Amino acid sequence: MLDWPIRIVRRDRPLARMRYLSPLMAIVLMMLTGMLIFLALGRDPAEGFYTFFIRPISSLYGFGELLLKATPLMLCGIGLAIGFRANVWNIGAEGQFMLGAAGATGVALTFPNLPAFLLLPLMVVSGALAGMAWGAIPAWLKTRFNANEILVSLMLVYVAGFLVSWLVFSPWRDPMGFGFPQTEMLSSAALLPRILPGTRLNIAIFLAIALVAITWIVLQHTAIGFRLRVTGRSRSAAGYAGFSIQRAVWIGLLCGGGAAGIAGMTEVAGPMGQLTDKIALGYGFAAIIVAFLGRLHPLGVLLASLLMALLFLGGEQVQQHMNLPKSISMVFQGLLLFYLLGADLLVNYRLKWNG
Amino acid sequence: MKLGMRRAAIAAIAVLGFGGMAAHAQPDVKVGFVYVSPLGEAGWSYQHELGRQALEAALGDQVETRYVDNVSEGADAERVIREFASSGHDLVIATSFGYMNYVERVSQEFPDVQFLHATGYKDGANFANYNARFYEGRYLTGVIAGHMSETETLGYVAAVPIPEVVQGINAFTRGARSVNPDIEVRVIWTNSWYDPGREREAANTLLAQGADVLTHHTDSTAVVQAVEDSDRTAWGVGYHSDMSEFGPETHLTATTHHWGDYYIDVVESVIEGTYAPSNLWGGHAEGMIDIAPLNDAVPADVAAEIEDLQASMRDGEFHPFTGPVVNQAGEVLLEEGAVMSDSDLNQMNYFVEGVASEFPN
Repeated sequence: MLDWPIRIVRRDRPLARMRYLSPLMAIVLMMLTGMLIFLALGRDPAEGFYTFFIRPISSLYGFGELLLKATPLMLCGIGLAIGFRANVWNIGAEGQFMLGAAGATGVALTFPNLPAFLLLPLMVVSGALAGMAWGAIPAWLKTRFNANEILVSLMLVYVAGFLVSWLVFSPWRDPMGFGFPQTEMLSSAALLPRILPGTRLNIAIFLAIALVAITWIVLQHTAIGFRLRVTGRSRSAAGYAGFSIQRAVWIGLLCGGGAAGIAGMTEVAGPMGQLTDKIALGYGFAAIIVAFLGRLHPLGVLLASLLMALLFLGGEQVQQHMNLPKSISMVFQGLLLFYLLGADLLVNYRLKWNG
Repeated sequence: MKLGMRRAAIAAIAVLGFGGMAAHAQPDVKVGFVYVSPLGEAGWSYQHELGRQALEAALGDQVETRYVDNVSEGADAERVIREFASSGHDLVIATSFGYMNYVERVSQEFPDVQFLHATGYKDGANFANYNARFYEGRYLTGVIAGHMSETETLGYVAAVPIPEVVQGINAFTRGARSVNPDIEVRVIWTNSWYDPGREREAANTLLAQGADVLTHHTDSTAVVQAVEDSDRTAWGVGYHSDMSEFGPETHLTATTHHWGDYYIDVVESVIEGTYAPSNLWGGHAEGMIDIAPLNDAVPADVAAEIEDLQASMRDGEFHPFTGPVVNQAGEVLLEEGAVMSDSDLNQMNYFVEGVASEFPN
């Protein structure tokens, strides 16, 4: 038998502090590896680093773009983190996002003459309800038939895509749009007010931060948060304590769906200004990385959403200004996850040299 | 704190010896291209990329071009367009329909930058749109298909029922029926511009229904490949690019797009200071539309007929939608001899006689 020089041995006690330091280590390692990649591509690594990580946010406009891109990631990520804490694996935030976008658009198209102070809250509520409804399907199938929520929520993403396509191709198609799959542009009352002149940033960022704060308080300081945590750690313990696992499933999927639905609303009422079949840009999937990178902790989710947004922005800029492929963004995301998982392994295990 | 971080970052870069400021000859014009899909080896964006390369080759040091590919037609597009406009580009070329509203917004904020947008219907003071008369190529490939088909059934894999796609189906059908009035055309929709799996599945369905010439209005090469991989009793007709590489035996020809001359004209006039935004819908006459070299199996008399048709389209003597244009219900929509107006073409929402499938609503 081959004798490896290194073995992986479980630590007697996990390195508690490292649990929170490992994302930072992963980020540093990702950046260092990134510099090596720029070097391997024959480019000045300092220029690559600047263009990827600094240039996108080196102006007020860029800073606004970062927060704008982070908003839906933050919203989807915080919703997912609630469920993930209770071991409820909602992979379908992307579809819940699309339903939220459609729900909000439906209200905006039905009541075009409402003033903004009524219309916008109504759109947020309908977006949230539509997202929750989409999340309720896997929750119901899970609690009623024990159907796997990972598969159901994921498959519903594709159903949501077809639903939105149908809406923009048929009932909601802009009659003046030459047949293209899009609704008409929403009235100005249905658009979220912008908060930084010269940028696209709108008040949705405050909504996202507020939801993060509320989630933090609820998770850390209420019985519901405690029950979710216990359910996530050990189902049998939760059962002994009389905590309902079914309720955790409902809470996880409804919170995830609702938050993703609000994110969909902020996209149509924000930078899009209309519903098209291109509404979803992968926020719901990227938010899974955000939730784990943020250690399922609200503050962590907030920071992780900013980092993920920066990775998207940086990829565009290295292509625009250095003629490097935009897909380098995906390489950075992959590196980040790789190092994070590696660092997490070392939190619980250590390397032992043989001999 | 943000300012502090920025200063620290800039200082760090100075220490690291950021060398991006190296001096080199300034080009006269900087152009930024935005592409909707990854470039690949064929397809819509690939043809625009060929245009960009032709522009660089023709104007050399006078022009500097940059591009970003795979830019979704969602909210990210506006950032990419604005980044080009705000970083010293004189001309921004956005090459997909879904960028229209973003180009409109950004163009209003950057009055000194010129914007070109492909296939939309909006324009502005510094914002022009351009498009090609794809239906001209469709008509020609229809004529060839009409000659080559033995089963008298043609297949068409189409993305979404917008007027541009419908024009193509109708022109293909009219071309085929101009040489064989018994031909019928079956259409399968994929509801997606790029979905090789579904495109291939649709192609196989059409083959099973007896279609022996297949074409497509989708972005991948899947239909041409599916025909090549079948028992080779059918022919494939490509779109966007010459796809003969993907169907060496069965690729008959393709409707091909050519943007290079247009880009060169625009940029030359920008350099000379004579550029004035104007919309252009170009076809054979402008060199925007052509067909790929014909398969050796196409008889010489058919090839000669195609050459004549191309010559008459270049001269403006022949238009594929010259009356009578009859819809599926048998109603005459355009009287004999009349030529369809551009505005009617742009609102085409019906199939002509000879399309066997129902028009989707």
